Amino acid sequence: MALKTEQMVLNMGPQHPSTHGVLRLELELEGEIITKVTPHIGYLHRCFEKHTEAMTYPQVIPYTDRMDYLASMYNEFGYAVAVERLLGIQVPERVDFIRVIMGEFQRIASHLVAIGTYGLDIGAFTPFLYCFRDRERILSLFEMTCGARLLYNYIWVGGLSHDLHPDFVRSAKEFVTYFRPKIKELNDLLTNNKIFIDRTANIGILPKETAINYGISGPNLRASGFKWDLRKDDPYSIYNKFDFDIPVGQGSMGTVGDCWDRYYVRILEMEESLKIIEQALEILPEGDVTSAIPKRIKPPVGQVYSRVENPRGELGYFIISNGQVNPFRIKVRGPSFVHLGVMNELCKGHMVADIIAILGSIDIVLGEVDR
Amino acid sequence: MKTIEEIFNLLKEKFGDAIIELVSNRPVESFIVIAPLEIDKVCLFLRDNEELSFDNLMILSGVDDANGKNVPDEDGGTKIEGGTVSVYYHLESTKFRNKIALKVSALRENPEVNSVESVWRHADWHEREAYDMIGIKFLNHPDLRRILMPYDWEAGYPLRKDYKNPEFYQGMKVPY
Amino acid sequence: MTYDFFFNLTGSYVWADIIQSLLPLFIFILPFALFAVWLERKVSAHMQDRLGPMRVGKHGWLQTVADIIKLIQKEDIVAENNDKPLFNLAPVLVFVGTYAAFAAIPFSSAYIGSNIDLGVFFIVAVSSFVVAGILMAGWSSNNKYSLLGAMRSAAQIISYEIPTVLVIITIVMITGTLNLGTLSEMQTGHFWNWMIFGGPTFGLTKILLIPFMILAFGIIYTSTLAEVNRTPFDIPEAESELVSGYHTEYSGMKFAMFFLAEYANMFAVSAIVAALFFGGYQSPVGYLGNLFNIPWLVPVEQLFWFTAKGLFFVFVQMWLRWTLPRLRVDQLMQVCWKYLIPLAFVNLIVVGLLTLL
Repeated sequence: MALKTEQMVLNMGPQHPSTHGVLRLELELEGEIITKVTPHIGYLHRCFEKHTEAMTYPQVIPYTDRMDYLASMYNEFGYAVAVERLLGIQVPERVDFIRVIMGEFQRIASHLVAIGTYGLDIGAFTPFLYCFRDRERILSLFEMTCGARLLYNYIWVGGLSHDLHPDFVRSAKEFVTYFRPKIKELNDLLTNNKIFIDRTANIGILPKETAINYGISGPNLRASGFKWDLRKDDPYSIYNKFDFDIPVGQGSMGTVGDCWDRYYVRILEMEESLKIIEQALEILPEGDVTSAIPKRIKPPVGQVYSRVENPRGELGYFIISNGQVNPFRIKVRGPSFVHLGVMNELCKGHMVADIIAILGSIDIVLGEVDR
Repeated sequence: MKTIEEIFNLLKEKFGDAIIELVSNRPVESFIVIAPLEIDKVCLFLRDNEELSFDNLMILSGVDDANGKNVPDEDGGTKIEGGTVSVYYHLESTKFRNKIALKVSALRENPEVNSVESVWRHADWHEREAYDMIGIKFLNHPDLRRILMPYDWEAGYPLRKDYKNPEFYQGMKVPY
Repeated sequence: MTYDFFFNLTGSYVWADIIQSLLPLFIFILPFALFAVWLERKVSAHMQDRLGPMRVGKHGWLQTVADIIKLIQKEDIVAENNDKPLFNLAPVLVFVGTYAAFAAIPFSSAYIGSNIDLGVFFIVAVSSFVVAGILMAGWSSNNKYSLLGAMRSAAQIISYEIPTVLVIITIVMITGTLNLGTLSEMQTGHFWNWMIFGGPTFGLTKILLIPFMILAFGIIYTSTLAEVNRTPFDIPEAESELVSGYHTEYSGMKFAMFFLAEYANMFAVSAIVAALFFGGYQSPVGYLGNLFNIPWLVPVEQLFWFTAKGLFFVFVQMWLRWTLPRLRVDQLMQVCWKYLIPLAFVNLIVVGLLTLL
């Protein structure tokens, strides 16, 4: 006689320690095996895009900070680049250098959170605190620069709000020398741990073609073995001046595009960011960072889609201007929003514990998913 | 790598009237206007043609054009009558490093656009968002629900220019 | 010995029984749990490059006392749809199972709660009580996460009992006794008489036994780690998946009971490992009491050595917890059924053959 079985619906979230914010995943389970995942989002929805309709272009910047609150610098960076392209203005060289330095520091800080919380999701608590300890130093650098630790309002259209602190270059160099050995420590503790590899290798495999079709970008796309980085493939700012590699997933512990690859690409990217920072600090030019800031921003009628390589992937701003001081429409393509859409594809047939591993590995920030 | 004029001519040849015009007098970005009920076929062609191969949909954005007439409504405000809402598609070819923008416009009263979800799965959530925010109905979309707003939000579409916040939602006061 | 002392003191068997049985609770388990929670925090803090509790008392040593006071004051929440009798019974059962195990643990030659001949067997049997408590907690909470946690926990504890018992049988084969007191007495003398170094055997057998004893120790330590639900086997309460597993719905003192049981259990399994492999309460080098001819000092020293050994293994458990990630539920079962049980069987057979030599 066959036993009567039925599917169990399990709500993961909105309050759950591993959904990285307020996300609800509706899981349909067959025992512990997942048959379907439906993400329900919108718990943090503030309708940022509606707000912008009533604001001038510079006033939008603090709102961009609050989308991806782990990579605020880069959100501002992307917005500034977009509006500058719409206006057709050039920024002084020093501004570009400082933006790149801040952007790469932000990338390291964001990856540290991603890696640390990923360790936490898998059950290793200690790497999480190690990562936060190191991130703390980056936040101190930001604090030194603009007074804020999380939401900066530092990168403005056409320039920056302040010049660097006189001590910044020295402290930044100190951080680079301090941080290199810490990556190795992290590898010893977590990356090459047998249990960690067992939990993440061959889990949540994302093939390259599927990834492109789903619009996946950033580290997640690179982990699928596709060498695609907007810093090289669609250069903005001054990234073409620097020498750095684009790490891609090799499948060295399992299959290309599994959770371990997504994790490891981030570790490798931190080293590349350190390289960029070192080069930029070496040739940082002198100049005035506020001279190019326009007094009144009133772009001509037109539209622009401009994108940058955010720590999580392709962050795009689609801005339509109707010749007023307020933007007519701003639409943000947040990488987290796009990446969450692929959850169902990745999770089918895995176990409940793997959901956590997969969700952690695609590294979403709910502030940006819901905007 | 083909320029946008070449692509426009190629599409015009293949699809005829479905391709409406090429808008290239704007600064920064030009785009091709396409009929809303043909967009999925055009997109499929753009993706699968070997010389174009636009395999990546970068962004799909719904826009309220607000080009209708402002008329006063019952409770003293204004609402927009007539005009269009639009959807913009920004495509990219990862092979040829080429980018292109498309636009479709539909009537504001009952905007219907064919879904491109079957061409790029990426469009799924973006179309849901455009439905949620602007109220554009994507035909043939498998799961067209609200995404960011609550599923039972009945006060309209927030990103329309004449949207007004309701006073109550499920008995809770909305403006705080 | 202590029993006779209490009998003489009170003049009644009943009182002596009561005192004897409550003794470990008040002089050992409660202080130990307080200390272990503090130790866990400090160990984790220092491993993670931070300080841990520092405010309440010097280096925060009163922190757990403050926590206990807070937990006692907390509201005892019982949700509407909980199965109330089971819900209330579960933490008690879990604690009873753990506490009963302490009855047969030899703290020193002068104090064994109950020196029964079936000592080890008794401990294995009563600690299975915990499974029932956990299942009850998971089921009565009326919460899917709790239920999943409880099911995982039951599966895990029952599975890992098999390698534990197999290793215990291996030891019993050499020593020929299940009595933990006798077992400890057999390992007297210096540390080379400990079971991990072949026990009280001699000659070639002893040398041949050592690698197998080390293997047996590895197996039993791993599986006891799983039995007390510690990382890397803390799947039943995996906070990133199941919030906190079977005790998600508990608050206040009931939660504290689970907590206390967990720490008591940690010590119980460490004590068993110490008694089986590391000479129990025996000193590795000899006694000061014998040296200076002070007879009452010897049992005190034995208590010290026993506690020290137990604490050391508790420390190792903490060390592992703050270093390793956690396994997935199927991988956990794989470790047990595919590696530990076959290894334990092979070990059993080889040791059996060696003892025939």
